[in-house]
Amino acid sequence: MPQLECKDLILGYDGKPVISGLSFAVSAGDYLCIVGENGSGKSTLMKAVLGIKPPMSGTVRAGEGLTQNEIGYLPQQTVVQKDFPASVEEVVRSGCLNRRGLRPFYNSAEKQMAEDNMERLGIASLAKHCYRELSGGQQQRALLARALCAARKLLLLDEPVSGLDPKAAAEMYETISQLNSDGTTIIMISHDIVSSVKHASHILHIGSRSALFFGTKTEYADSDIGRLYAGSRGERA
Amino acid sequence: MTAMERLVYYFTFDFVRYAMTVGVLIALCSSLLGVTLVLKRFSFIGHGLSNVAFGTIAVATAANLTNNFFLVLPVTVISSVLLLRTGKSAKINGDAAIAMISVGALGIGYLILNLFPNTANLAGDVCATLFGSTSILTLTLTDVWLCAALSALVTAVFLLFYHKIFSVTFDEDFTAATGTRAKTYNLILAVIIAVIIVLAINLVGTLLISALVIFPALSAMRVFKSFLSVTVCSVIVSVVCAALGILISIFTGTPVGSTIVAAQIGGFGIFWIIGIITRR
Repeated sequence: MPQLECKDLILGYDGKPVISGLSFAVSAGDYLCIVGENGSGKSTLMKAVLGIKPPMSGTVRAGEGLTQNEIGYLPQQTVVQKDFPASVEEVVRSGCLNRRGLRPFYNSAEKQMAEDNMERLGIASLAKHCYRELSGGQQQRALLARALCAARKLLLLDEPVSGLDPKAAAEMYETISQLNSDGTTIIMISHDIVSSVKHASHILHIGSRSALFFGTKTEYADSDIGRLYAGSRGERA
Repeated sequence: MTAMERLVYYFTFDFVRYAMTVGVLIALCSSLLGVTLVLKRFSFIGHGLSNVAFGTIAVATAANLTNNFFLVLPVTVISSVLLLRTGKSAKINGDAAIAMISVGALGIGYLILNLFPNTANLAGDVCATLFGSTSILTLTLTDVWLCAALSALVTAVFLLFYHKIFSVTFDEDFTAATGTRAKTYNLILAVIIAVIIVLAINLVGTLLISALVIFPALSAMRVFKSFLSVTVCSVIVSVVCAALGILISIFTGTPVGSTIVAAQIGGFGIFWIIGIITRR
């Protein structure tokens, strides 16, 4: 039984389908990259998986005891966050909210967890710093630490390296791979196909209106579309 | 008489003590949510809602209701919920919806007051409602208790949901995605905002309410860098400016509402300068 299974999804806005007939499954420990052009419905697909915006038809099913509040999420940064006065610690701790119910304040276990996750991502020294004054890479790490507070089993990452300089992007990919080898299932949206193929275990390539490819990255590199997009020198496992 | 003696003398009057108590309580409540409203890009919602409240007060006056509070509060709460919702829908964007509702309510309110005049001094009444020129000085003990109860409620709800309000403000999608009901908390926010607006009408009148909500938050954001420190600082700034404004208006006879707003602007100026100096 896969950890997450999507079957015959039709996704769209205002009653108009953007993409249809989308099916794929993710097992524990997978590293799935969803690639495709802008506007192909990648973010809409992620919102359907997260249950923020239900699909027009089809099913999203979580298996292996995975529940809604065990999915961590790294959204794209919003305009609001650009000048938001918050310390890194406040941002990371807010990831613990979903396990807290109506209790108004964080307990020491949750504070400890936030600290551990900051430590893990190398931002512990920035805990008291202001979020809006961090570099792009540091901000992404803070949001990733927050996502880890929310969930360990499955992380959804929406364009985690967009806006980062090449060095910060490489470090981010490194961190994500590390989390994956520690046992966290990763689903990542990206439009950087070459890097995705390099790091992921599975690829879902979305074209206009339907899925073009779903399978392991080795299969992808051998497929026509894989050769077309990832280049003839496409990385092979 | 020295200034101190005059102050002591003024405070022997009930109406001065009531005005001060209510003024400080309202300043406290309105600043609590200011940070959230400014950050969520909802600064103008307070203004729109206060115009709705003006329209409702006009209807209540025309209908000769002695206590308009129980009409104004529910109408404002409902409008607030609807406005915060349309902020999401794509058909009419939030900005235009607020502008539409606020000028609509203002225009219709004034029209109704003119069509069904109930007082001899229409212009004076309208001015009092818009700029709150006298209502803070004519409070009864019941008004003070009502205000105290609502302030306590607003503060309690804010403290209870403080971290959730932070999370919904910082990142609504993440909050919803990880299993916290973001919509519920947006609804709670909408209701609290409406309650604050209705309370604040007494202090500064319907046109100046936004100043109470946004200035303390903007002042605090010049200098402080965490959500907690910004919230605490904006409460302090708001209360100090309101108390100062009321005192000045008692001494000099200026209108209470506009004096408080002037004090808020002065406070913002000071924080702006501190912000520039400390950032160097």
